[in-house]
Amino acid sequence: MDGKPLVSIVSAGLSKFGKNEGLYARELFAEAVKEAFDRCPRLEPKRDIKAMFVGHMGESYEHQGHTASTVADWAGLLNIPATRTEAACASSGAALRSGVYAVLSGLADIVLVGGVEKMTHRSTAEVTEYLAMASDYPFEQWHGITFPGLYALMATAHMHEYGTTERQMAEVAVKNHYHGTLNPKAQMQKEITVETALASRIVASPLKLYDCSLITDGASCVIITKPDLAKRFTDQPVNIVGTGQANDTIGLYERQSFTSLQAVKLAAKNAYKMAQTKPEDIDVAEVHDCFTIAEIMAYEDLGFAPAGEGGKLAENGETCLGARLPINTSGGLKAKGHPVGATGTAQAYEIYLQLTGQAEKRQVKNAKMGLTHNVGGSGATAIVHIYRSETQ
Amino acid sequence: MSTTEPFTIEQFYKFIVQGKLMAGQCKKCGKIHLPPRPLCDKCFSHHFTWTEIPRKGKLLTFTVIHIAPQQFQNMAPYAVGIVQLEKGAKLPGIITNVTQEQLQIGMELKIEFTECDKTQTWPQWPRYCFKPLQI
Repeated sequence: MDGKPLVSIVSAGLSKFGKNEGLYARELFAEAVKEAFDRCPRLEPKRDIKAMFVGHMGESYEHQGHTASTVADWAGLLNIPATRTEAACASSGAALRSGVYAVLSGLADIVLVGGVEKMTHRSTAEVTEYLAMASDYPFEQWHGITFPGLYALMATAHMHEYGTTERQMAEVAVKNHYHGTLNPKAQMQKEITVETALASRIVASPLKLYDCSLITDGASCVIITKPDLAKRFTDQPVNIVGTGQANDTIGLYERQSFTSLQAVKLAAKNAYKMAQTKPEDIDVAEVHDCFTIAEIMAYEDLGFAPAGEGGKLAENGETCLGARLPINTSGGLKAKGHPVGATGTAQAYEIYLQLTGQAEKRQVKNAKMGLTHNVGGSGATAIVHIYRSETQ
Repeated sequence: MSTTEPFTIEQFYKFIVQGKLMAGQCKKCGKIHLPPRPLCDKCFSHHFTWTEIPRKGKLLTFTVIHIAPQQFQNMAPYAVGIVQLEKGAKLPGIITNVTQEQLQIGMELKIEFTECDKTQTWPQWPRYCFKPLQI
């Protein structure tokens, strides 16, 4: 648990997640940035922020590319380098990691990293098509394989190899919906039962509606700096002590295994090593539950459960608030929502709240070590960060 | 087989039009690439020969897609899977002539090449699908 701090988070912001009618990406981003500025009165944004990295997946939604400069403009941050990072659903995990690179390089000592996606004004068919762009076009999309379809292929393989059940997947959805009711910014604010989840309509068998994350509008950001500058801005910095990122084949079909994501295993291994920590030391984690099977695979690939036993962890309630290792206390992508470009730094936002004791009704007691796990596409990108509270 | 055709996705689909499932084989390390690539991801050679992949394979995993993209909506629900072919090659695709109950990991499938309407816009790739060898 002695990893050297790489950077410190001094503030964070999150827009309301959900169907934000009439609000576009730049306006959602401004809402997140406002919260981060308000939380950190000692920061003078125009003077202090030296660079921005913004995760955003799809210019199709709003017919708007050049995202970083667009949202930086509306955030009141001109005359600085503002760069978009794109890694599908891991776009803002990549923004965070880029910010770490920037601070560690010494080129920028205070960096705002964030992400945004505006999705709900489009039809489900359009969103399905845009999300599929994260997968291989000539061999997956061209042959009718959707994004839920890719995770369904993994779910079928996982069930066949390990006996994972649809009920275990439903338990993940039930837990994350429960957590969502404790988060006023979550898109879904109602609890569900295993029976409701199991009876919901099929999207791509065995995945049903309640196995899938949501179509969401939202934005998120965190402000990071050099650890020796952090106390200038806040008495409660959260240090990032480990970072890992890896890639894999763009086509799922080219992989050796369909029951685990090699990129996640590699990213986690590097992050744990850098943080000089291990899975057992983590107190709270936000994992990329774009589908319930993805959360089960995350338990295994991050070392929270042995291979094949992720389903049991969910079934036994071990990842619920109040249990041994609370996972997705924010509600996760399943209930908080999944504005794809915003998800990576929205996970960092939740861990920041947890490690500074600001998570209110969903606060994990004595949380000191946190982890985020952000996955792009069907696992061609994986980004893991490990966080440590210096004050709790 | 001539080795003058480029080892590209476009060429892969040109062979599909001719009813052939063709992979690139690295001349240096022997790795089979399906689809073909212009740069071997194992040894970085760019010298290849074409090798035909037999049309029979085994189903590795599958799903039945109910919520489909616009252009596949008239087919939904439809099955898709990833198929293990010979020579270590794998390929995903739609599985036809099968019910959800008949789908099984390990079942034998055969790739078939289907006619495709020519449109004016890119891409003009043909489609293929997998059918059970026997039910």
